[in-house]
Amino acid sequence: MIIRSFLARFFSTLVTLFGVAVVVFVLVRIAPGNPIAMMLPPGATEEDVARLRALYGFDKTLIEQFFVWLGNVIYGDFGTSITMRLPVSELVLQRLPATLELSIMALVIALVLGGSLAVFGARFRGRAQEVGVDISTGAALSVPDFLWGLLLILAFGVAWPVLHISGRVDPHMDVDLTTNFYFFEGLLLGDFALVSSVLSHMLMPALALGLPLAAMIAQLLKQSLKEQLDQDYVNLARVRGHGETHVILSEALRNAALPTLTLIGVQFAFLIGGTVIVERLFAYEGLGNMAIDAVINRDLPLIQGIVLLFAVLFIAINLTVDLTYSLLNPKLRHD
Amino acid sequence: MTETQNIISAPRQRHRAVNYRLWLPLTWLSLVFGAAIFAPWIAPLDPLAQDLLYERLPPAWEQGAEPGYWLGTDGLGRDVLSRIIYGARIAIVVSLIAATAAAIFGSVLGLLAGFMGGWWDRVISRIIDIWMAFPPVLFSVLLVAVMGTGLASVIVAIAVIDWTRFARVVRAETLVQSQMDYVDSALIGGAGRFKTLLQEVLPNVLPAIVALFALEMGIAVIVEAILSFVNLSLSSDAPTWGGMIAEGRATVHYAWWVLVFPLAVLFLTVLSFSQLGEGLKRQFDPVLQ
Repeated sequence: MIIRSFLARFFSTLVTLFGVAVVVFVLVRIAPGNPIAMMLPPGATEEDVARLRALYGFDKTLIEQFFVWLGNVIYGDFGTSITMRLPVSELVLQRLPATLELSIMALVIALVLGGSLAVFGARFRGRAQEVGVDISTGAALSVPDFLWGLLLILAFGVAWPVLHISGRVDPHMDVDLTTNFYFFEGLLLGDFALVSSVLSHMLMPALALGLPLAAMIAQLLKQSLKEQLDQDYVNLARVRGHGETHVILSEALRNAALPTLTLIGVQFAFLIGGTVIVERLFAYEGLGNMAIDAVINRDLPLIQGIVLLFAVLFIAINLTVDLTYSLLNPKLRHD
Repeated sequence: MTETQNIISAPRQRHRAVNYRLWLPLTWLSLVFGAAIFAPWIAPLDPLAQDLLYERLPPAWEQGAEPGYWLGTDGLGRDVLSRIIYGARIAIVVSLIAATAAAIFGSVLGLLAGFMGGWWDRVISRIIDIWMAFPPVLFSVLLVAVMGTGLASVIVAIAVIDWTRFARVVRAETLVQSQMDYVDSALIGGAGRFKTLLQEVLPNVLPAIVALFALEMGIAVIVEAILSFVNLSLSSDAPTWGGMIAEGRATVHYAWWVLVFPLAVLFLTVLSFSQLGEGLKRQFDPVLQ
C-alpha cells in the first residue's frame, strides 16, 4: 500500500518536472534576440551562421530541439554560458554552496526564533505576553523578505553599523578552501576568522529570509501547543508536579511538532526562492545574484539552468516533505 | 445567498474590535491613491528635472537643505518628494491592472477546476503545481527578460505568475460550496451548470476573491519595486519606488534620505494592503469572528 502511494507520488512528480522543463524551454526559446547572432563577430558569413546553427541544433524542429536539450539536461549538461564561456553546470555548482549556506542559516534562525516565540507565547497564553507574540508575528508576516532586508540594512548597516551589507566574505581575506561552503568548511577547519567574517556578512540576509518563516512557525506551533496543553497527559504531568515550562518542552512539544514540521518543509522551498532578491540586495555571491546578472546580460543558457535548478530543488523538497510526513503520520497514509 | 448576506451584515458592534485593521490601511491607501491620481497638482517639483547644483540635498530640517526640497534630492538633483508622489502612480497602475488580470484569470480557472471536477480539475491543478515550482521573483525576472523591460512586461509578468494564488483559493472554496445543498437544489430546479456556477457559487466565493485581491495588490506593489530595483522595469529615469530604493541602497552611507523615504512609503503601502486583505478575510469569514 505504502509503496504504491509512494510510486504514485513519484510518477506525479515526474509529470510536474516534465512540465517545468517544457515551460523553461518554451520561455527561453520565445525570447527575442538571436542567440547565434550574439555569438558571432560582425561580418560572419552565411555559412558560419548555418554551421553554428547546426552545431547548437537550431536547424532541427522545436520538438526535436526540446528532447535533445532534455536529454542533455538529464545527463547534467546544461549548455554553455554565453557571457562567461563556461559550462552552465560548472558555474551553477560553484555558486550553489553559497545559496545553500544562506538558506540553511535562515532556516536555523527561523527555527530558533519561531520555536522560542511559540513556547513563550504558549507558556503565557491568555496574557499580555501572548498578545505581544501575536502582534509581532502578525507584523513580521506582512513584511516580505525584500523589505526586511532593506530595514535591516538601515538598522545594522547604517544606524548601528555592526554587520556588513555587501558580499559574502571580507574581500581582503585569503579564502583557500576545497569546497565553496565557506561557513561549514571554515567551521570544520576551526578557522574562526573566516567563520566570523562569513557570519557578519550572512547574518542580515539570513535574517531577512528567516523572519517571515519564524513568524509562521511561531503562530502555528503556538496554536498546536495550546491544543496539546488541554490534553489529559499534560494535566497528568502537571499533577506530577512539573512546572509549566517543563511540561511544554518535554511533553507537549513533541506531539505538537508535526504540523509545524510540514509547514517548515514547504516554506523552506519558498525560502530558497526568496534568496534571489535577498542575495541581490546584499550583493551576496550566490545563485540568485548570478541569475539576475544573467538576465541583465541576456545569458539565456545560464538563466535556463538556474531556473531549472531552483524548480527541481522546490519539487524535491516538497516530495521529501510529503513522503516524510506520511511516514511519520500513519493516519494520513492514503492509498 | 440570504444566509451569507446575514453573516456579512450581521451584528455591527462585534466588528468594532477588528475595525482598525480596515480603517488604518484604508486611510493610508487613500492617501497613496490620491497622490497617484493628483500627482501633477500635488508634487511640488518636476520629478524628472535634474539639477546638478542641487545634488544630494538633505531634507528640509537638516543642515545644508534648500527651501522647496522637502525631502531632499537624489544624486542627480531630482526632488525626492515629487518622485515619491509620481512613483505612487506607477505602483498603483501596475498593481491595479496586474491584480485584476491575475484575479480574473485565476478565479475563472479555480471556479472551473472546483466546480467541474474530473479532467478540468486534474489539468488545472497540474498546471498550478508546475507554476508553483518556480520561485516567483526568479520567474518574474525571467519573464521580463523574455518580454523585454517596460511597464507592460512587468504587469504581464505579475499576472502570469500570481494567478495561481487566486486559482488555488477559489478552487478550494468552490469545492466546499459545491457540496452545499443550495447548489444541488439549483441544479434540480433546472438551472444549467454554468448558470448555477455564476449565479449561485460565484457570489459565495466572491468575498474570498476580494480579500485575496487586496493581498495581491500588495504583492504586485512589492514585485514592481523589486523589478525596478534590479533595473528591469522602467528606465532608471522614471520615478519608481524600487528605482529610488536601488539608488538609495548604493548611497546609503552619505545620503540616507534617498533610501529612507521611498522605503517608508513602500513599507506602509505593502503593510496596508496585507492588513486590509487580512481584515477583509476576517470580516468575511464567519469562523474567525
